[in-house]
Amino acid sequence: MIDVSNFTPLPSFLGGLLIGLGVIIFFISTGRLAGVSGISFNVISNNNRFTNILFLIGLIIGPVVYKFFISNNIPFLINNSYFIIIIGGLLVGLGTKIGSGCTSGHGVCGISLFSIRSILATILFIFSGIITVLIMQLSGLTV
Amino acid sequence: MIKNTLVLISGVIFGIGLTLSSMTNPDKVIGFLDIFYSWDPSLGFVMAGAIIITSPILYFLTKKNSIILAEKISLPTIKNIDKPLIIGSLVFGIGWGMAGLCPGPSISSLAFLNFSSFAFVVSMFFGLFISKFIKL
Repeated sequence: MIDVSNFTPLPSFLGGLLIGLGVIIFFISTGRLAGVSGISFNVISNNNRFTNILFLIGLIIGPVVYKFFISNNIPFLINNSYFIIIIGGLLVGLGTKIGSGCTSGHGVCGISLFSIRSILATILFIFSGIITVLIMQLSGLTV
Repeated sequence: MIKNTLVLISGVIFGIGLTLSSMTNPDKVIGFLDIFYSWDPSLGFVMAGAIIITSPILYFLTKKNSIILAEKISLPTIKNIDKPLIIGSLVFGIGWGMAGLCPGPSISSLAFLNFSSFAFVVSMFFGLFISKFIKL
């Protein structure tokens, strides 16, 4: 069933537009797609390190700008144990590198260019995410 | 200089977008993946918003080289569906569902100075690093 109480279509859509704007400006300045897993990998593999670090710093400044100029209220709730979070981080790093992209690289940039690879990747990671959340709830790992 | 300034600005705008859309909130992301109990479809609107603006403009920019500041355009060259794409994406989804964070939002959430997101990001970079030892 749909959780109406937490449903925020308008802020989510507007946030999506801003994410798209970020992708476009990044593309105009670098000629590359703004996939955050790829950008992060380039930081550790010394590929245009300075430019890529600047983008990641921008990602961290974003919420700070939001807090000062838009709203003081930024919900952040993470319920899972450190063990689950660390394993989750490891799988996200491994999976996005092996699968050549994440939510931004495949889900936004790739789909925007009608890439069959990205459309399939997005379906697959949403699917395995749904199954994972279901298993975690059934096994009592999530509150 | 102009290019690097624009890259920084693009990151800031991207980060504001992630915050406004609540992608930086793991609880919200898990709500999107929780289709069986209490589904919050909001994150579908994030992707829709991003694609609606990105798709036409990127299409135009990839055709017309002149208004690009970069010397060259680098787009992914692999076109076929292969085993790494399938396995990697499935593995990524498992990690995404476990923590409720993906690469962009996890890095933005460092701004909240929360130890959980810090632990996630360190672990994610470790995963990116060791991926080269895995051959599929």
